[in-house]
Amino acid sequence: MNSALGHQSIHEYLAEFDDIPGTRVFTAARARKGYWINQFAMSLMKPENRERFKADERAYLNDWKLSEEAKEALLSRDFNRLLDLGGNVYFLAKLFSTDGLSFAEAVSTMTDMTFPEYREMMNNGGRSPEGLRSIKGKY
Amino acid sequence: MARITAGIGSSHVPLLGVAVDQGKTGDEYFGPIFQGYEWTRTWLETTAKPDVVILVYNDHASAFDANIIPTFAIGCGDVYKSADEGWGPRPVPDVEGHAGLAWHIAQSLILEEFDMTIINEMDVDHGLTVPMSMMFGAPAAWPVRVVPLAVNVVTYPVPSGNRCWALGEAIARAVQSFPEDLNVQIWGTGGMSHQLQGPRAGLLNREWDNRFLDLLETAGDAARHIPHIEYLRETGSEGIEMVMWLIMRGALGHAVTRLHRHYHIPCSNTAIGHIVLEPA
Repeated sequence: MNSALGHQSIHEYLAEFDDIPGTRVFTAARARKGYWINQFAMSLMKPENRERFKADERAYLNDWKLSEEAKEALLSRDFNRLLDLGGNVYFLAKLFSTDGLSFAEAVSTMTDMTFPEYREMMNNGGRSPEGLRSIKGKY
Repeated sequence: MARITAGIGSSHVPLLGVAVDQGKTGDEYFGPIFQGYEWTRTWLETTAKPDVVILVYNDHASAFDANIIPTFAIGCGDVYKSADEGWGPRPVPDVEGHAGLAWHIAQSLILEEFDMTIINEMDVDHGLTVPMSMMFGAPAAWPVRVVPLAVNVVTYPVPSGNRCWALGEAIARAVQSFPEDLNVQIWGTGGMSHQLQGPRAGLLNREWDNRFLDLLETAGDAARHIPHIEYLRETGSEGIEMVMWLIMRGALGHAVTRLHRHYHIPCSNTAIGHIVLEPA
């Protein structure tokens, strides 16, 4: 591998991303899969759309090219499921804001902690990378 | 003749914008963060006094949606408004551009084989406005003009550290060939370690972040060769934003003098880092 000279193949480059525990890197494959989830989320940047969405979430979602699975994940705010379906956190953040959730609280729902537990972990220096860098390498 | 007189690296956490907008910068949680920027605020106002800031940041799905993903985009407009990221636009002044310098840089970069995307109209999100608030507080009008330079660090592959560094070098050459007498700074923003997604969310890495800051203030260009996978493993999925600091560092040349450095954990999900450098 020599990334400095641009000689790494795209296959090798992408394969390394699957070796990181608890992380979905936003690859082109995920961007393709989640395109309409992310475009839906973008629409919530307009106040009139936020109002329409809040008034009837299901009806608003029905206007988008979303699978039933994606709609259910959005309705239940299952953010890990949404990441699997190609959602990206910077897009989903528009949904956090529409719900009046802080970024930290929304992010905590993707971990195995409650928000108070998560906040305490952050105040104590955050999650250590020890053992969480590589699945194969276990370091 | 225009010249790059200094570079700043800084995090751009959205919660810091909330703290400024709601007057909480002195409280127990935010106080230690804002104190770390006090030296820089005074230096900017009394000593450095830049005319223009080339502000390297990433758009967080605000001006660019999933449809168009420019790797490097340069704002060549006259004015940019604060984006509505889902809770209404931040109540900050409009950002005044420098279309003359921006177009000069854009043209020069394209001749140097950096195939830039040109943006004439866009709104700017917390990635750009939070560093402005950290450096200048809450004035009625911003005291500098800004050339926004947006980098894709969201959809992979994002540009390599090496390419970012080389872009910084080319920006420095472009600024030097602009005939107007301008005091120009370049800021690289984002980072430091943070992960905003999945079960590993909340990852922070004080040791790695500080090694990165050490590398930036050391002569030479070792930091340009850090591969993406290292940022991802060591600094969390959003730590990759630090490649944008390399554009700033590349623009400052071989050796630098460090004027100020600050590091604080945590702010929301993120490690806050901040460094001020001058070409030596």
